[in-house]
Amino acid sequence: MWHVLKQIVRVGIVTEPAPQVSDVDSAAVQRIHQDILEIVGQALTIRQVDAGSCNGCELEIHALNNPYYNIEGLGIKFVASPRHADMLLVTGPVSRHMEEALRRTYDATPEPKLVVAVGDCACTGGIFGQSYASCGQVSNVIPVDVAIPGCPPPPLEILRAILSAVRHRKAQPSDR
Amino acid sequence: MALADLGLDLQRMPAPLPIWRGQVNRDAWSSIARAVAEQRGRLVSAWGIDRPVAAGGIAACAAYALPEGLVWLELPIDGQATGFPDLSPAFPCAARMQRAMSDLSGLSAQGVRDQRPWLDHGKWAARAPLQRDAARAPVTVATLPADYPFVRVEGDGVHEIAVGPVHAGIIEPGHFRFSVVGEKVLRLEEHLGYVHKGIERRFTELAPSDAYRLAGRVSGDSTVGYAWAYCMALESAWGCEIPARAAWLRALMLERERVANHLGDLGALGNDAALSFGFSQFSRLREDWQRLSKVAFGHRFMMDAIVPGGVAADTPPAALDQIRRQCEDIERDVRGMKIVYDEHAGLQDRFLTTGLVAPELAARLGLTGLAGRASAQAFDLRCDHPWMPYERFDVAMATHHSGDVAARVAVRFEETFESLRLIRALCDGLPGDGTRAELQPKATTSRGAGWVEGWRGEILVVLEIAADSRIVRCHCHDPSWQNWPVLEHAVIGNIVPDFPLINKSFNLSYSGHDL
Repeated sequence: MWHVLKQIVRVGIVTEPAPQVSDVDSAAVQRIHQDILEIVGQALTIRQVDAGSCNGCELEIHALNNPYYNIEGLGIKFVASPRHADMLLVTGPVSRHMEEALRRTYDATPEPKLVVAVGDCACTGGIFGQSYASCGQVSNVIPVDVAIPGCPPPPLEILRAILSAVRHRKAQPSDR
Repeated sequence: MALADLGLDLQRMPAPLPIWRGQVNRDAWSSIARAVAEQRGRLVSAWGIDRPVAAGGIAACAAYALPEGLVWLELPIDGQATGFPDLSPAFPCAARMQRAMSDLSGLSAQGVRDQRPWLDHGKWAARAPLQRDAARAPVTVATLPADYPFVRVEGDGVHEIAVGPVHAGIIEPGHFRFSVVGEKVLRLEEHLGYVHKGIERRFTELAPSDAYRLAGRVSGDSTVGYAWAYCMALESAWGCEIPARAAWLRALMLERERVANHLGDLGALGNDAALSFGFSQFSRLREDWQRLSKVAFGHRFMMDAIVPGGVAADTPPAALDQIRRQCEDIERDVRGMKIVYDEHAGLQDRFLTTGLVAPELAARLGLTGLAGRASAQAFDLRCDHPWMPYERFDVAMATHHSGDVAARVAVRFEETFESLRLIRALCDGLPGDGTRAELQPKATTSRGAGWVEGWRGEILVVLEIAADSRIVRCHCHDPSWQNWPVLEHAVIGNIVPDFPLINKSFNLSYSGHDL
């Protein structure tokens, strides 16, 4: 226990100050955090669906949970079931084997639901494109609110996309 | 086992690691498999190839690891035959690879009992998509995936738990079918192939000098390993020697990739055993690590930083200084965290004897890579066949005998410390010549292989390029092929809530396996 406490005290809270080698502006992180709170006003729950990605986007989505981005601290939480989710975060070109699973996940998500397509493959099919085994971009299978390019997009960009999806919904509440 | 004992006419390929290639007939195909298995050699991969008769025709291929190096064998399959002798009696890990060969190349192992498709779920717009005439054959595609006949366990109180393909966490898709009694797992059966997106056919549509980008996206967590293996294969095929500085920078990236993944896994393993402190600390270190990768190599995962002929950009001296300093900082933190993990009774209670794979079972099933080393399978290409620049560093192999989650955690800690040492040595000794050599396409059919010790285990990329510089076949092999079936054994007798922990301790690739 002594080692645990010592490490916690020594490291302190890293969420606020910008790390030295970072290209990430800590002010931007804070502003985004604030915006999400203002717009959502409550917890936002996200169900992540890998529909065929190389796992690169998953690693960056994971990073959102690290103490630098600390999105759970903002009331944004990844949940285990689409039935508990406000938003689907979908990665990858949609493989034909995941097409039906993705559609069913979408159907299981309660209205109003938001869909963010994360990464080049989710936006356009990426380097894998459309083939005998790939349906290509996510919007070929389910409606997408916001698509965020990048291979993979860094965590801050994913956070921005989550925010713009929420804003998009606020602007057009009766859309779809 | 002496290579000469195989009685084969083998050709040494121009590659940084010792790789031989040769043709065999059907009898030799089987007898060599038995001989290699008896001498405790390993089956690395098996795949099929389809090309015009003039260019070599249809063939089944296998790659074995022997003490002397890698042997790549080709069995020509002539007109009448559609199959090849089954390798799975000698190597159980061949079973799924052969089912995939049947799905992708239409070549089947003769006399096997398990005829179920493996990667094909009945949804592809082509049958045997790697066959030359696959695109022409019309197929009707089902709207729903085909039923998969899982093996049923019957008896009093036995029930099934079906998990996936969409999992509860942020992980790749796959299906696990547990047969349990109470909370004890009697049997696990995996069903994979959900992320198959046609990578090997896509390779044939790209130019060899561009396809490194696709190789770097076979499995995102191993982008450096795959890019290096692909580039090594292409450089071997076209006879290109890369500058020493490029080789050193590639090794620097490969070790950084190893550390990044080990840091992530060590945190996640703490988290899966309810020590969220471990997750916070290690994920913080991993973020620091990735941010410096962005500074030094232009990308948080170093994607597309390895290119045919060398590396995309030189690393500035200032970044090398930062890397050295960060190694000191991270090493201090990780050593502190190791004490916390070692002394934490609750954590050790979850880790010890959980998900056990005894060394004998590991050897029989061909457990490889990091998980293999935790079960006394002492193979690491950086030690067994040290290629440039590893021949300079006398890499220490991390091995354990206990084969449980604790052993896989211990191997990760030890490999992290060793990689941190290597990174510092690589920064200190970085030679000063160029970072990229020109590649000259060959006017004849050319072949090459790349064999690299990625963080998960050995990655193999084999490449055949036609005289007109088209990729005829590029086969990528992930060590997960060997290790997924062993996971089914590792969970037997454990409780269902320990499955996430055991699964994470292997951390196998879905995308690298499904292709």
